[in-house]
Amino acid sequence: MYQTTYHRPTSLAEAARLFSEAGDAAYVSGGHTLIPAMKLRLSAAANLIDLRHVGELKGISVTADEVAIGAGMTHAEVAGAAEVKGAIPALAGLAGSIGDAQVRHLGTIGGSVANNDPAADYPSAVLALAGTVETDRRAIAADDYFVGLYETALEEGEIVTRVRFRVPEAAGYAKFRNPASRYPMAGVFVARHGDGSVRVAVTGAGNSGVFRAAEMERALAADFSADALKGIALDPADMMGDIHGSAEYRAHLVTVMARRAVQNLGQALAFV
Amino acid sequence: MGVEGIGARVLRTEDRRFITGKGKYTDDMTMPGMAYAAFVRSPHAHARIVRIDTGAAARMPGVIGILTGKELAADGIGNLICGWMIHSKDKTPMNMGQYPAIATETARFVGQAVAVVVAETRGEARDAADAVEIEWEELPAIIDPLQAIAEGARQIHENAKSNLIYDWEIGDSAAVEAAFQRAAHVTRIDLVNNRLVPNAMEPRAALGYYDAGSDHYTVWTTSQNPHVARLVMSAFYNVAPEHKLRVIAPDVGGGFGSKIFIYPEEIVCLWASKRTGVPVKWTGDRSEAFQTDAHGRDHVTHAEMAFDGDGTMIGLKVDTIANFGAYMSLFSSAVPTYLYATLLSGQYALPAIHCNVRAVYTNTTPVDAYRGAGRPEATYVLERLVETAARELGMSPAELRRRNFIRSFPHQTPVIMNYDSGDYEASLDAAMKAADYDGFPARKAEAARRGRLRGIGMSCYIEACGIAPSAAVGSLGSGVGLWESAEVRVNPVGTIEVLTGSHSHGQSHETTFAQVVAERFGIPLANVSVLHGDTDKVQFGMGTYGSRSGAVGLSAIVKALDKVEAKAKRIAAHLLEAAEGDIEIRDGEVRVAGTDRKLAWHEVCLAAYTGHNLPPGLEPGLKEGAFYDPTNFTFPAGCYICEVEIDPATGRTAIVQFVAADDFGRVINPMVVEGQVHGGIAQGVGQALLEACVYDRDTGQLVTASYNDYAMPRADDLPSFKVSTTETICPGNPLGMKGCGEAGAIGSPPAVINAITDAIGTNEIDMPATPEKVWRAIRASGLAEAAE
Ligand SMILES: Cc1cc2nc3c(=O)[nH]c(=O)nc-3n(C[C@H](O)[C@H](O)[C@H](O)COP(=O)(O)OP(=O)(O)OC[C@H]3O[C@@H](n4cnc5c(N)ncnc54)[C@H](O)[C@@H]3O)c2cc1C
Repeated sequence: MYQTTYHRPTSLAEAARLFSEAGDAAYVSGGHTLIPAMKLRLSAAANLIDLRHVGELKGISVTADEVAIGAGMTHAEVAGAAEVKGAIPALAGLAGSIGDAQVRHLGTIGGSVANNDPAADYPSAVLALAGTVETDRRAIAADDYFVGLYETALEEGEIVTRVRFRVPEAAGYAKFRNPASRYPMAGVFVARHGDGSVRVAVTGAGNSGVFRAAEMERALAADFSADALKGIALDPADMMGDIHGSAEYRAHLVTVMARRAVQNLGQALAFV
Repeated sequence: MGVEGIGARVLRTEDRRFITGKGKYTDDMTMPGMAYAAFVRSPHAHARIVRIDTGAAARMPGVIGILTGKELAADGIGNLICGWMIHSKDKTPMNMGQYPAIATETARFVGQAVAVVVAETRGEARDAADAVEIEWEELPAIIDPLQAIAEGARQIHENAKSNLIYDWEIGDSAAVEAAFQRAAHVTRIDLVNNRLVPNAMEPRAALGYYDAGSDHYTVWTTSQNPHVARLVMSAFYNVAPEHKLRVIAPDVGGGFGSKIFIYPEEIVCLWASKRTGVPVKWTGDRSEAFQTDAHGRDHVTHAEMAFDGDGTMIGLKVDTIANFGAYMSLFSSAVPTYLYATLLSGQYALPAIHCNVRAVYTNTTPVDAYRGAGRPEATYVLERLVETAARELGMSPAELRRRNFIRSFPHQTPVIMNYDSGDYEASLDAAMKAADYDGFPARKAEAARRGRLRGIGMSCYIEACGIAPSAAVGSLGSGVGLWESAEVRVNPVGTIEVLTGSHSHGQSHETTFAQVVAERFGIPLANVSVLHGDTDKVQFGMGTYGSRSGAVGLSAIVKALDKVEAKAKRIAAHLLEAAEGDIEIRDGEVRVAGTDRKLAWHEVCLAAYTGHNLPPGLEPGLKEGAFYDPTNFTFPAGCYICEVEIDPATGRTAIVQFVAADDFGRVINPMVVEGQVHGGIAQGVGQALLEACVYDRDTGQLVTASYNDYAMPRADDLPSFKVSTTETICPGNPLGMKGCGEAGAIGSPPAVINAITDAIGTNEIDMPATPEKVWRAIRASGLAEAAE
């Protein structure tokens, strides 16, 4: 790790001010992405601005059609929240399936969504649940938010404050884990919404990050059953390939996971 | 006192400090004025060092000194050695390239040290290391061992004749050819034994301290064999004279073989301390561990087994290429030869065996012994062959093995080893019973109804432990003897300190060795302490590896105990006015047999030290030492049965049952033995399903350089193991022990793969059997129809 100066703001305004004054700065929430990168000297902000003591980033609120989660909520808090489990059980299940217990007790939804790791779990739920990413400046629809690998619509210094999810009629999540990192190698979040639309979002597999599988959405909108997905094969050319899984294998896994998500609505299943 | 003696499930003495975080590891050691070393490492797999510019780095804050290979050479520090001479079949000695602790002209693998910065803090050392400027001339890297020995391949060591280190053979090729001529059936197989990264929990570390006042050197280091480290550092590396060098290996957090070897960093810390005048500490980080801890395995093998008409094995031929990486590590040469090919008879009465081994340089991290060292590779070849043959011959795998088991002992194999004892049928029977082998078809059918492919596989392994009779290994090329030493110091109050050359870094010696001592005199376990890991305390030792500590280290302790007991009896006989032969020591009492005349153990000990009333001519004191040189290897053996369920849609393998029935000879502490087997199986399952050390074929970069990409086994990859022991006493050592430290890692990989190939109906799969590989194999075999 390079030398860095640690700041601990207690309000959003203070955090944003510190960021703009500091010049070379990075926000830190759970630190479970940023700190390992700093230890490896891959990331080297001269100033670290800790968002964990900003009250505005805490809390969960649930209405009939929406679940809103403060950016500072840890994966464990989301997984354990009765109101989330009640409204969107697959979302609570997803949060409870991230990493391991240590990761879940520090990593946050805001950090995950800001980081947009192509293999992170949350982005698939944000996209499939027609979510909205709220920041200290604006609200960004999920479809506009995820731009590419580790790329989002966030601007320099913009802070994610809340993530809102539309409560679906039914949703399920299934992922196949990378045997080494245990991040999803193919994670599929399937949601059927009240307006009859179906959204299918895939993480871990695409070569430009999380994406919606249009063909699957159409098939499921016509017939919301696992069988409707039979024969739908994604193009390996759009998939990521590495030592853990070729593009062809990932493409195949996406279909298998999509089917399992539909077969297990209300749950988040993890394989490996 | 039986509750704490031999055979008792005593809780580990070590656990208090380990579980409460009170262990004292090398990195916990600090000294006044201590500075930190950071190594500048090669970013290239193969490159010439054109120029090193330390100017800017030397001016950075906190920097005390920057040293390169030039200074190292100027100070006469010797190159790293390989301590076991192997001759090729044409009688030429192995082809050893020069391995300086810091590269001077060429770096040959990613991570090789090219300079070291010593600075006041760890961060400053690291910053300055980043600022050292090196001009490189990149050279093509060779990663594939077959490519390395192909016609016209680029030389990795200019001063070595070729990339072929040796071309060695063992066995009678004419007899093997004759057997294959008359064979009714021949089974052939091509295998890769995947390269592994050892991954000890504690990374390597060293703290070197040169005391100019007394011209004395001390190094704390993460070593499995501190005395060997002292010997090698003084006799070969010229870092310090042996009598002025103290090597301390305090608590060591796992080694698995990787901490046998003497690495550049420990040499450099000690030397740099003298150069800079301050104590110098280096603690490796995980990235350095991946790149520089000696890797394990890495064989490519073709093997064939010949059978006569009724399934009797009549011949075996094996051709192996062993990838040694860029340099010959300390014991590398012995691993694919005398620790591998000599085990190819397995548990079978094979009349003719021939094995050829070619060892090869590549631009990768050096490869050396890793838990099992050669024996897992041999077991994998043999047990996959046998299982494959059973399927080809339409015989049950158990039956084919049974038909060929060695049943009388001693048994001389065609490849040097002389098995002293064993009962292979007993462990096979025990394992099959525990696994409910006969119930498998019903379980398979039930799994099929759930859409899962279920398979069962077995592996009957043998290993040679208790390494080894010194004269024998000497004749085979070893540079050292492989005895062990011990000292038993009885204090005047009757408590006992045992000093052993067998270092403990996960083996539980502090508990099990004490159990043997407590049992001998019937004293409480708490009155015995076991000391190891400090060359100033323990006179000598050859260290811990090859499951030798029980069979060899403990035998030395028993020899010393015999001497202590004899002297105590002499003293007691004198005090009790009885004949020495009538004295017995039991339950903490020294008594005249058959009478009520007795002394407490501590009274005899005190008498030895007061010297007030000793037999005429007897020296006071009660302290004895012994060296024990084994008469043979020991031969632990067993049968492992693995049952898997595969999800055909994803290729994911779940191990649903794992049974181990091992014969380790006498067991001192069953709980400790079970722990060793559990850990070994976890490592074996890791090799079979998960672990792959991958290099980029073009650049030679280590792709799997962190846990993000190198898959380690986790608790949820493993079932609850069913382990048990069958026991044949080893006739070769006083306690009848065989060794248990490596069995799990040796026996399990073929059991897992045999179960997978059984489930998927094709033999075409290499380790690690990742989900994608299994999925592809299923698709190729047509079983994919079963998938969703
Ligand atoms: C061992 C391990 C296993 C893991 N496994 C998984 C897994 O299986 N699935 C998974 O999805 N994730 C996994 N993770 C990642 C984990 O969930 C991270 O914690 C998460 O992705 C990032 O959240 P964080 O709060 O830790 O963010 P940090 O590391 O603190 O920050 C990450 C990035 O986001 C920025 N940032 C943080 N908060 C905000 C904010 N409110 N507004 C704007 N920018 C912000 C930071 O500046 C930084 O660039 C794993 C991590 C580890 C260490």
